[in-house]
Amino acid sequence: MLDATLSTTGAQGRRHYDGEFILEVDGVRKEFPGVVALDNVQLKIRPGSVHALMGENGAGKSTLMKIIAGVYNPDRGEVRFAGEKLVIRTPIDALNCGIAMIHQELNLMNTMTVAENVWIRREPKGAFGLIDHARMGTMTAELFASLNIHLDPLAIVGDLTVAQKQMIEIAKAVSYNSDVLIMDEPTSAITETEVEHLFAIIRDLRARGVGIVYITHKMNEIFEIADELTVFRDGKYISTVPASEVTRDDIIRMMVGREITEMFPKVDCPIGDVILDVQNLSLPGVFDNISFKLRKGEILGVAGLVGSGRSNVAEALFGVHPAETGDIWIDGEHVVMTSPQVAMDHGLAFLTEDRKETGCFLVLDCLENMQMALITRDKVNGAGFVQQAEVTRLVQEYSAKLRVKTPNLAERVENLSGGNQQKLLIARWLLTNPRILILDEPTRGIDVGAKSEIHRLITALAGQGVAVLMISSELPEVLGMSDRIMVMHEGRVSGFLDRAEATQVRVMELAAK
Amino acid sequence: MQDTYTTGAEIKAAPRRLPPEVNILFVLVGIALVFEILGWIFQGQSFLMSIDRLKIMILQVSVIGIISVGVTQVIIAGGIDLSSGSVVGAVAMFAMSFAQVSTYARAVYPDLTDLPAIVPIALGLMAGALVGLINGALIAYAKIPPFIATLGTMVTARGFAKWYTKGQPISFPTDDFAFIGKGMMPVAIFLAVAAIFHVAMKYTRYGKFTYAIGANQQAARVSGINVEHHLIKVYVVAATLAALAGMVVAARGQTAQAGMGLAYELDAIAMAVIGGVSLTGGRGSILGTMIGMVIFGVIISGFTFLRLDAYYQEMIKGVIIVAAVVADVYRQKKRTKKS
Ligand SMILES: Nc1ncnc2c1ncn2[C@@H]1O[C@H](COP(=O)(O)OP(=O)(O)OP(=O)(O)O)[C@@H](O)[C@H]1O
Ligand SMILES: [Mg+2]
Repeated sequence: MLDATLSTTGAQGRRHYDGEFILEVDGVRKEFPGVVALDNVQLKIRPGSVHALMGENGAGKSTLMKIIAGVYNPDRGEVRFAGEKLVIRTPIDALNCGIAMIHQELNLMNTMTVAENVWIRREPKGAFGLIDHARMGTMTAELFASLNIHLDPLAIVGDLTVAQKQMIEIAKAVSYNSDVLIMDEPTSAITETEVEHLFAIIRDLRARGVGIVYITHKMNEIFEIADELTVFRDGKYISTVPASEVTRDDIIRMMVGREITEMFPKVDCPIGDVILDVQNLSLPGVFDNISFKLRKGEILGVAGLVGSGRSNVAEALFGVHPAETGDIWIDGEHVVMTSPQVAMDHGLAFLTEDRKETGCFLVLDCLENMQMALITRDKVNGAGFVQQAEVTRLVQEYSAKLRVKTPNLAERVENLSGGNQQKLLIARWLLTNPRILILDEPTRGIDVGAKSEIHRLITALAGQGVAVLMISSELPEVLGMSDRIMVMHEGRVSGFLDRAEATQVRVMELAAK
Repeated sequence: MQDTYTTGAEIKAAPRRLPPEVNILFVLVGIALVFEILGWIFQGQSFLMSIDRLKIMILQVSVIGIISVGVTQVIIAGGIDLSSGSVVGAVAMFAMSFAQVSTYARAVYPDLTDLPAIVPIALGLMAGALVGLINGALIAYAKIPPFIATLGTMVTARGFAKWYTKGQPISFPTDDFAFIGKGMMPVAIFLAVAAIFHVAMKYTRYGKFTYAIGANQQAARVSGINVEHHLIKVYVVAATLAALAGMVVAARGQTAQAGMGLAYELDAIAMAVIGGVSLTGGRGSILGTMIGMVIFGVIISGFTFLRLDAYYQEMIKGVIIVAAVVADVYRQKKRTKKS
């Protein structure tokens, strides 16, 4: 038995482990009130390989990773590391043993600098044991240089984009020099360029003998990076296979237990009058001179690299961070978009990119989370009482439609899996019956089955005349779902592409221009 | 939108699980039983079997209970209100100056005749609301941390109370005004206030928004809640309830002094915390706070009953408050870690 607390800091490295598996999970069970999250699962990771872990939303992937990383304790079963039984009680134990993890949700301190975030708990000490900030800065710069990340170590994390924060998480995890690196959906919020970048880092780590557990809902990534893959379904182990021996459909069948017919069920529907007309919208230093028109029934996809200002434009349209100059016309009416209330009064809805920061009320239950936007302007009587019976019925209808997996609606949202939280937020906005729907990474963290379900919903809404503005870092999604694509580059619109002329290459050309 | 999507299984709206307040209720029962047993051992009599004692116990805590109902809302919204104790003092003075009978020399307005009780009460509530408005505006618009903003009004309101009569107490209110403090009136007022806000927090938009803001202010804003307006409402409610409490104490003692309500804000916060209201916001309930208030009352009257020295009482009160917070932190941890 390896006593975690006796080992030194994470950097000792057991790099030359000769056994077959660096990490073995056997017979693990974990129950939460009302759900069996994991039931007798196994997972075996070879050193120097990338092992993909697949499964639908709520299949138990994150739960198992949190058990390995010491966040939860299993009810039964064991975890072996380099052949020895491991007793991990806290995340620090896990790090000391050589297991690092990138969590599904961002865990950075927004008010602190990039460097402070990376080296937290391991700050280099100088005279009198005080933190040596200069060295911490150079250490960060060196780390970033080795990973080819271009970020200012002294920037305040809160000012960065979600994708940049994700890159910091990756760099931080790599800096532990661990033997096992767990990545829980690291690519859900970054664009192709960063994904390529991340894969380069992963290949390098693999060559250095690190065992990597990689969780994703993006199928194409599996074939690009994974050596082996394990599938879970409803908390149960299904099977482990070499990635080269299966097809995409095989994986989906193992995950879902049924066939998923079409991926992007986009139906062409009549496109009506202009409903949103944006002219010369600018916010100095963020985006510049954005003009576009959105029509009823149209799905306008927005593509671009990280930092191209896509999300900022969406925030300006919804009044979260208003633009400084420019005009917004909705149905021919000039609207000064000063707050989300104004936006909602004009029939807008806005699914934000970062579900933890600006989406979920983590300590509230599913019902409250889903109904909150609706009751700001509807389903409340004159005395301020919420018409709960009716609202609950609507909420139940939408949770069934979106297949939200939860024991009941009184469950706290923090206990839901990431993908299910996302579904819940989509439901929140669909419940408001918007005329203009702004979606920022709508299928972030959502499994293949549910994804095509959500795409079907979006198309159906467009068919009813709802105008959709959809930001997505997943090119196949943008290409598959949009009637038209607006590509952004460094805060400007670099071009529009029609559905017929849009290809991966042309979008990338415009995005990198 | 019809049958194009496959429909998942029906999801139950609520489980058959006990509400979280039940835990706190158990604590209350446990503590009461401890005092009962200690009572038989050390005093040779029952602690609980005395209606008079129970009456006094409830009376003692209901004034602070009124404040606590407001403070609970502030804490659920993610804030804190330190000004309530001073509002008690300031409004007691202010309202009493309009409630005095004219047969005595009036402290502030010598020319006034007897006013109907509604006048001082309305003026007092308005004064409280004004303090709440200032608190709310400082916090919501000037973005001053609640701790600092309400610390400022706490000091200022206490200063006002002393300046108002240059330190002289104000006594002899009209019978009508004194009525709100008579007999079990404070308990009745508390119950009414608690019932109103229990319903408001659970079933109205006001309550839902309060929880939402405390749980995640950013998400609340993006969901279309006017966070600034709402925070002002919550602080106005809290300060108005503190004002009401101030008038009840003044009416009960038939006198107002500048030092009244000292440290009441801390007891009110303690009641809420003991009742399961989380200082990180978004969690807790009026019902929980009510139970917390009774726990507080049982402990105080229990110690008095056991003839424990007042000094010990204060020290133990402090320990209990900390223990309540520790218990809250532990509960939160347990939910996720071990389940
Ligand atoms: N702390 C918790 N308390 C209660 N239930 C939980 C808790 N954590 C997870 N669960 C439940 O366990 C199940 C598995 O969740 P998990 O987060 O492991 O799913 P996942 O496979 O990572 O899904 P996703 O792809 O959506 O991220 C879900 O049904 C979830 O609701
Ligand atoms: Mg997960």
